[in-house]
Amino acid sequence: MAIREGEVQEFTLEQLKHLVSERALRGETVLLNVGPQHPSTHGVLRLLVELDGETIVSVVPDIGYLHTGIEKHCESKTYTKIIPLTDRIDYLSPMSNNLAYVMAVEKLMGVEVPLRAQYIRVILTELQRIASHLVWLGTHALDIAAMSVFLYCFRERELILDIFEMVSGQRMMVSYFRVGGLWRDVPEGFEEAVRAFLKLMPARINEYERLLKRNPLWLQRTKGVGVISPEDAIAWGVTGPSLRGSGVNYDVRKAQPYSSYDHFEFDVPLGENGDVYDRFMVRIEEMRQSLRIIDQALRRLPRGPYITPDRKVTPPPKEELAWSMEALIHHFKFWTEGFSPPPGEVYHAVESPRGEFGVYINSDGSPRPRRVHFRAPSFVNLQALPIMAKGGLVADLVAIIGSIDIVLGEIDR
Amino acid sequence: MSIQAVVEAIRARFAGALQEIIEFRGETTLVVRREDLVELCRFLRDDPVCRFHFLSDLCAVDYWPERPRFAVNYHLYSLSHNLRLRLKVFLEEEDPVVPSVTGIWPTANWHEREVYDLFGIRFEGHPDLRRILLPEDWEGHPLRRDHPLVVEPVQFSFNWREIDSQKPYVRE
Repeated sequence: MAIREGEVQEFTLEQLKHLVSERALRGETVLLNVGPQHPSTHGVLRLLVELDGETIVSVVPDIGYLHTGIEKHCESKTYTKIIPLTDRIDYLSPMSNNLAYVMAVEKLMGVEVPLRAQYIRVILTELQRIASHLVWLGTHALDIAAMSVFLYCFRERELILDIFEMVSGQRMMVSYFRVGGLWRDVPEGFEEAVRAFLKLMPARINEYERLLKRNPLWLQRTKGVGVISPEDAIAWGVTGPSLRGSGVNYDVRKAQPYSSYDHFEFDVPLGENGDVYDRFMVRIEEMRQSLRIIDQALRRLPRGPYITPDRKVTPPPKEELAWSMEALIHHFKFWTEGFSPPPGEVYHAVESPRGEFGVYINSDGSPRPRRVHFRAPSFVNLQALPIMAKGGLVADLVAIIGSIDIVLGEIDR
Repeated sequence: MSIQAVVEAIRARFAGALQEIIEFRGETTLVVRREDLVELCRFLRDDPVCRFHFLSDLCAVDYWPERPRFAVNYHLYSLSHNLRLRLKVFLEEEDPVVPSVTGIWPTANWHEREVYDLFGIRFEGHPDLRRILLPEDWEGHPLRRDHPLVVEPVQFSFNWREIDSQKPYVRE
């Protein structure tokens, strides 16, 4: 099956036989195509499901419908101009992607980030985690036919998007973090807006929980469904709430703290059974922990610069250009050529709402990277779907896809 | 446990397997030979000093026009010792084949398919080596550095004659 440049890979039935069981070839089981246009696949995911009656024999995910070549594009752009591309990877958590990318470049350049910028980054990524979990909860509940939760979740998400609009001018594709700090300092009224949100949110989270936690329909659809053991979850590289639902205590924020996460107190919620219900409870509890982190960061938010004064990675302030020749040169060099990191390679991982989001950058010493690779948590987590779904009912498939919280933009990149 | 202990353990077990040890920004990269890769990975996963149960990421790099041209990176993470380690295997352009590690970490399955799809590096022993992101009838491997970023320029004309004259098939 070797293919070379200029050749087309063609398949015969013989070469695709291994995807389904022997019984399917004899016509004893049914092959069902789900997607790519199907509302419960959360994007353009296609699944080839083999069914024995209503029981799932195997699931073969087929991805790539949303492939946009982001990694290829990165190779032709300067380090600063890649930031807007990272927003579009996981479009439900652009802040986390921005953070992972700029921190990888900072590691490559050896740049120190001011404490104020680090704290604001923590506040915004935790808000992003809540916003992302709200979308997940709303759509997940909608998939299992609980309509009202969706409306409530999107109401609260709007408040977070308003805060994002306030700081960055954008609701979703924020591109707010820069190498060395932030685009701008947070505006007046930011702290009040976040405080108001902190005050409102705990009661709202309790409300979502009360709607679902003891709802008999919800329990029947989620308890004991889509179970994955801790050993399987680790072997298949599952990260984030899907891993912690199985009881494995791995959170990048705790294991390898970045952006001063070690300054804050928070717990890592864990599940026990690794089913859909436990993943649901882990995410609900994570939202509460995020509120705790935001509260602490806001109370202790230091004063000071919001971006590093290192002129190699940040452009000088506009007013300096009027009187400083050096600033003018820096400005010109930064916006035309960009900056050149030393040759080498780094990998930096952050805990995005979906799991370990890693960025690998390989620099050849020029202003453009040789290679940027994004380790997308959804891409890896989706691989475990066949393990979770095997032996379940076809109706459970929808609940399981919802519970691993995939974003197709991130899977296909 | 530290990375030093891991390196010592590998040295004691596999003589000559480590071609180079690179320290950069607090990250350790071990350049290993292709022949030792699978055995070394199994050792790294199972040995009590290492216990790298978690394959975080697998990705390839194209060093074109330098030689050797390709490298495959394995980003390992040890949950019990909280360590990260990068393995690196260099491959020649004429022979872009590397043994698959799906037998050790099943999660490598899709990662290896992605690398095969976008770089054309083949993984020996992979259970299902097909394209994953691109359509089956796609020609070439786009993440290779000599693959053009733009095949057809964006056209800002409504004149079909002009548009047609810019199409790639005219040049052929």
